[in-house]
Amino acid sequence: MSAPAAVAWEPTIGLEVHVQLATRTKLFCRCAWRFGAQPNTLVCPVCLGHPGVLPVLNARAVEQGARAALSLGMTVNRESKFDRKNYFYPDLPKGYQISQFDEPLAQHGSIRLDDGTHVRIRRLHLEEDAGKAIHDRGDFGLVDFNRAGAPLAEIVSEPDLATPPQATEYLDRLKQTLRWAGVSDCDMEKGNLRVDINVSVAPAGRRATGTRCEVKNVNSFQSVARALEHEIGRQIAVLESGGTVRQETRTWDEAAGQTRVMRVKEEADDYRYFPDPDLPRLQLSAEWIEAQRAALPEPQAQRRRRYEQALGLSEYDARVLTAERETSAYFERLLAAGSAPKEAANWLVNDVLSWVPPGGGVDDQPIPPEYLAAVLQLRHDGRINRNGGRALLEARAGGDLRSPQELVSALGLETQSDAGALEQACRRAIAAQPKAADDVRAGKEKALGALLGFVMRETRGAADAGKTRAILLRLLQP
Amino acid sequence: MSALPAPNAAAWAEAVRRGDLDPLDGVRAALARARQLDPGLNALLHLDAEGAEDAARALRERLRRGEDPGPLAGVPLVVKNNIAVAGWKLTCGSRILGDFASTFTATVVERLRAAGAIPIAASNLDEFAMGASTENSAFGPARNPFRTDLVPGGSSGGSAVSVAAGYAPFALGSETGGSVRQPASFCGLFGLKPTYGCLSRYGLVAFASSLDQIGVFGRGARDLALAFDAAAGRDRADSTTLAEPVEPCVPQLGRGVDGMRVGLLANSFAAGVEDTTQQRVRAAAEALRAAGARLAETQFPYEEAVVPTYYLLNTAEASSNLARFDGIRYGLRAEDARQLRDLYLRSRDAGFGPEVKRRILLGTFSLSAGYYDQYFTAALKARTLVVRAYLDLFRKFDLLLGATTPTPAFRLGEKSDDPVAMYLCDIFTCSANLGGVPAVNVPAGLGADGLPRGVQLTGRHRGEAALLRAAAVLEQALGGCPPLPQAAARALAA
Repeated sequence: MSAPAAVAWEPTIGLEVHVQLATRTKLFCRCAWRFGAQPNTLVCPVCLGHPGVLPVLNARAVEQGARAALSLGMTVNRESKFDRKNYFYPDLPKGYQISQFDEPLAQHGSIRLDDGTHVRIRRLHLEEDAGKAIHDRGDFGLVDFNRAGAPLAEIVSEPDLATPPQATEYLDRLKQTLRWAGVSDCDMEKGNLRVDINVSVAPAGRRATGTRCEVKNVNSFQSVARALEHEIGRQIAVLESGGTVRQETRTWDEAAGQTRVMRVKEEADDYRYFPDPDLPRLQLSAEWIEAQRAALPEPQAQRRRRYEQALGLSEYDARVLTAERETSAYFERLLAAGSAPKEAANWLVNDVLSWVPPGGGVDDQPIPPEYLAAVLQLRHDGRINRNGGRALLEARAGGDLRSPQELVSALGLETQSDAGALEQACRRAIAAQPKAADDVRAGKEKALGALLGFVMRETRGAADAGKTRAILLRLLQP
Repeated sequence: MSALPAPNAAAWAEAVRRGDLDPLDGVRAALARARQLDPGLNALLHLDAEGAEDAARALRERLRRGEDPGPLAGVPLVVKNNIAVAGWKLTCGSRILGDFASTFTATVVERLRAAGAIPIAASNLDEFAMGASTENSAFGPARNPFRTDLVPGGSSGGSAVSVAAGYAPFALGSETGGSVRQPASFCGLFGLKPTYGCLSRYGLVAFASSLDQIGVFGRGARDLALAFDAAAGRDRADSTTLAEPVEPCVPQLGRGVDGMRVGLLANSFAAGVEDTTQQRVRAAAEALRAAGARLAETQFPYEEAVVPTYYLLNTAEASSNLARFDGIRYGLRAEDARQLRDLYLRSRDAGFGPEVKRRILLGTFSLSAGYYDQYFTAALKARTLVVRAYLDLFRKFDLLLGATTPTPAFRLGEKSDDPVAMYLCDIFTCSANLGGVPAVNVPAGLGADGLPRGVQLTGRHRGEAALLRAAAVLEQALGGCPPLPQAAARALAA
C-alpha cells in the first residue's frame, strides 16, 4: 500500500469588518462619544435603554455610512430598514441591538489587490455598538456604556481571499480608503476597527468550499494574519487526519497564538431579527446620495497620479503626500495659496513632516499651512534663502507666533542681495582661503564649497547662495 | 362625600381661566377625593400631592400676572403608570422595575402640562399594559366604582376608575388593543385612542411599539378634544409621529354630523353580544340618523383573524421590548445569582407576573427561526389586509359605529384562568390598533343591571375631528357619562 498523494489545500477567506463611524454623537441619541472618557459619563436614558425611550437616527451617521459605501464603490440603496437583533448580554442595554438585517444601507463594492485579485464587498450596514463589559475586577463584572450606541458600519466581504497576506492587504486598503474618505479613524487600538474572520479549506482545484469557522476577537492586522495561519493549519490538520471540520465560532487567543472554540453551530444564537417598529424605513433620494458622492475627496490613487503627472512630483513625494487625507489636505492648501508645487512638496515632506510626533498626523505639528505658504512666498520673492526659511519654521515650531514677514526683519534673515557687500565678502573669502581659490582657478569647482561656506559664515547665512556662487566664479576667472 | 368643583375637564379649565376656581383649591379637592375613595378602589399607585400643589401655586402666579394659563388650566390629571413623569416611580404595574423612578417626562405629559394640566397621581394598570381587567397588576386589582366586585376593564383600569370615581376629570391611558376604550366602556367614560403617530410615544413604556398609542379618558367629547389638541403633533423624539400637522378638534366640535356617512358594523349584533349593548348601538345609530347622518349596515372583513393577528404581533414585539428588564442596570435584581445566566433567569422570574411571562414566551416562539414565517410574517400580512380593509371602508363611510365590548364589566376573577376568554375582550377594539385609525368609546347609559354600556366610533386615519364631532352628538343624545348610583357612591365613601 502506498501513501496517499499529498493533497494541496486551498483556503477560502471572507472578512467582516466593524468600523466606528466618525460622528460627534451616537447613532440613536445625542450623547457625545469618544475613546478614553471616564466610564459611564457619555450616557443618557436612550443609550442606557431606560423604559420609555425611543431611538432617533443620527443623520450624520447615515451620511458617513453612505460616504464609506461610496468610497468602496458600493451602491447605496434608496431604501433600507432597521431591525432588532435580540440577545442578552450585560453590555447590551436594550436586550437587542438595532442593526440592518435583510435590507442594508449599501451593497456591491470591491477592492482590488496588488496581485490583481478583485475582492467583492457584499454589503455595508449601519448598527449601534454595544457597551464594554469589564471582567478583570475580581468578583465584579463592570460595564461601561460610553460606547453603547456609537455608530458602526459593518462591511462584509465575499469569500474572495485565499491567503493571509491577501487578507491583511484587503484590510489595509479598506482602512486607507475609509480614512481617506474621512468616515472613520480606523484605529484598531481604540477599537475603531474590528475584524471577524470566516475561513474554510478545501482541496485545491475543486470548486467546492469546506465547512467554515468564524474567528472572533482579532485585534490587529498582524493578529489577523497570525490567526488565519493558525486556523488554516488547524483545519488542514483535522482534514488530513481524516476528520471533519465542525461549523463553529472560535476565538483568537493572542497570548497562546491559537484559536479556541467559543460555541458550536448547535449552540448558535437565534437572534430573532424583526423590523424595528420604532424606526421608519430609511429613504434616501438620488440627489442626497449624489451629494454624498460629491462630498468625497478625490480618490487617493487618482490624486497620487495627478501629483506625479500634472504637478511633476517625485513618486516618493506623491506617495507621502497622499498617504493620509490630512497631509494631502495640507498640501492642497499650499497649492490653493499659490505655492509652487515642487517647492511646496519639498518643504512639506522634508521639513514640516519631521515635526510630526510619533503616531500623530500633520495636524499635530506646529506649522500651519498658511505659515508655510508665506515662507514659500518669501523664498519665491528671493527675500530669504533656504536657511532663512528653515529659521522661520524653527521659530514657529519654538512657539514664536509672529508672522514670517515680521520675523524676517526681526531675525535679520533678509537675503543679502546687495552686490557690493556680497562682493566684499567674496573677496575676503578668497583672501582668507588662497588654496581653495587656486583650486577653483585651476578648474576644481568642488573647492568652491569652502569659499561659499566662508561667505555664509560671514553673512550668518543671509547670503543668496546662487548670487554668491556667481560672484566667486567671476572673481576667480582664470 | 366631597364633590369635585367641576363636572368635566372643559368646565374645570373654564372656571380656572375665569378666576372662579382657584387652582390650588381645585387640586386639593381632587387630592382629597382620591385619598378618600382610593383605599376601596386601588386605582392609584402613587399620589404626588406636593408636586400637584406646587404646580397649582405656579399656575396661580401665572394667572396673577395675567398670562394665559392654557386651555386645560388647573385641571388635575391622572397618568397611567407606564407613562414617564420625571421623579415619579415608573412601575408599569410590575415588580421588575423595583424603585425605578424616571429621569424624564413623557412628551404628552409635558404638552398637557404646558396647556395648564396638573398631574396629580400615577394609576394602576395591568402589568406592562397586558390585560383587559387590571387584575394583572403586581399591586392588586383596581375595582369598578359602579360595583366593586367587578373589574374596571384594562389595561388602563386605574385611569378609568380615577375619572369615573371623580379623582380627576381626565386621565391618560395607553392603548395597544383597546386598553382605553374597553375600560372607558366598563366605567361609563369617553375614551379616545388616537391615530397611530398623532401622539408621541416618547416616555410611554413600550409594550408593542407598532400598536401602542397614548389615549385619553374624559367626561365629555370636549375633554377629549382639548387634551388631543394640546398633546398631538410631531415629536422629534419619536420618529413614528406623523410629519403632517394635526387638525385641531375643538373648533369643529359643534359642527354635528349632518351628511356624514356612517357604517353600522354588523358584528355588533352577532351572537355573543349581549342584548343591552345591541340596543344601545341601535340607539346611537338612530341618534346619528336623527342628526342628519346617513347610515348603512356594513361588515368588517377578516373578523375572525383580528384577535389572533393582534396577539401574534403584540407578543412578538413585547418579547423584544421587555428584554431590557434584565436586572443589570436598574430595577429588581435577584440577590442569590452566582452566574450571569442565573441573574437573568432569577431576576426575570421574580420580576414578571404570569401574563407577562406568557406573552414573552409566545412572542419569542413566533419570532424563532423555523416558525417566523408561519406566525410573524403571516401576522404582518394579515395586518396589511386590516389596513386595506379600513381604507376600503373609509372610501364608503366617514365613520364606523359599533359596540366597544360584547358585554359590560365582568366579575373579578371571572376570566383570570382563561386567557383566551380574556383576549376575546379585545375583539371589537384591537382592529383599530392594527389599522392605526382613531376610535372612541362613547358612554351609552346604564343597563338595568346598573352597569355602564358604551358604543364605539371609528374614524379614518387622522380623522379625530370628525370622530369627536360625532361623539359630541352622541353625548347629547345618550346623556354623557352616567353618574355613580347613589348607593355605590355612599358605599365607596363609607
